[in-house]
Amino acid sequence: MNGGARYTGMAISLHWLIALLIFAGWGLGFYMHDLPLSPAKLRYYSWHKWMGVTTFILAFLRAGWLATHPAPRLPRVIPPWQTRTARITHFVLYLLMFLIPLSGWLMSSAKGVPTVYFGVLPLPDLIGKDKALGDFLVQVHKWLAFGLAALVGLHIAAAMKHHFMDRDGLMGRMVPFLKSPRL
Amino acid sequence: MNARVAGSLSRWFATLLAAATLTAVAVASGIDATKSEIAATFRQMNVPVEGRFKIFHGVVNFDPVNLTAARARIEIDTASFDLGAPEYEEELRGKEWFDTSAYPKASFISSGVVAVGPNRFEAKGKFTLKGKTQEIKVPFTRRSDGGVQVYEGELPISRKAYAIGSAEWDDTLEDKVIVKFRITAAK
Repeated sequence: MNGGARYTGMAISLHWLIALLIFAGWGLGFYMHDLPLSPAKLRYYSWHKWMGVTTFILAFLRAGWLATHPAPRLPRVIPPWQTRTARITHFVLYLLMFLIPLSGWLMSSAKGVPTVYFGVLPLPDLIGKDKALGDFLVQVHKWLAFGLAALVGLHIAAAMKHHFMDRDGLMGRMVPFLKSPRL
Repeated sequence: MNARVAGSLSRWFATLLAAATLTAVAVASGIDATKSEIAATFRQMNVPVEGRFKIFHGVVNFDPVNLTAARARIEIDTASFDLGAPEYEEELRGKEWFDTSAYPKASFISSGVVAVGPNRFEAKGKFTLKGKTQEIKVPFTRRSDGGVQVYEGELPISRKAYAIGSAEWDDTLEDKVIVKFRITAAK
């Protein structure tokens, strides 16, 4: 039983790197989408897409890392329903790390504005240009992003509860320089 | 060539052009717009985006054994540019871009065709867009397809040469726009 173990350095790095990209992606996505057409707007769209592709790639690395380096188990004192909820939340968070970039990629293709990673690597268009499908995928992309926001909110709230209310040091497993769990 | 011959030649060409135009109307060697396509692909930050001109018309008179008589005249409705994104199309109709209220038509009027390879040709002519006219060369191929003739080709166009897009776009939007066409005509 290694309930006191931290996540590996790689898992911690990937977690925070992806967190940063998710917040930046949200911010830019919210800001750019109803700007009037300008060179800046198109630049923001490209940056947003590059962030998405990067997140998509990192999510693969992260899932692969998780599969070969299982997460430290949650302490036994945590009620089973909370452990279960955490597991489901984490699973859906992973799912969204794939689905949101994927929906953005498909939406770009349907809108007829392909994704060119860092302006050099064109991603293939998995679907053809289709206005109705493009408009639909915009909604899918948006609502998945809102869903992610709700789950990230829950995720942060749970982390805060463990840190400030339970004071069980659980957050130390994922936060660099924070004390490791006392359990 | 002396002035009289040149004069009579140009008169002869004018007559031919008029006859060709008349023939086109009468015998319908006009472009079949439903089976034709004129697209323009521009690049912003290396991202290719293609739009299509939905409305255009014209005539093509072409006989590979009589190239000197070959003529093409195509008129494009600039407001019909379709990107699949209405808000951008609206923007492109504006003054900095196509300025469609002042310049509703773009046109290509050929002045001559030469063969450049087996079944490959090049039409020379005047392309007018946003009130600016340039001499351009249009490479194309020709094939018969069930009784109609299909002309296909693509060429780069400098958008700046026609004052399409203001200077603030120069860092984001490439000057080179690729125009692709597939023109189907009766004969």
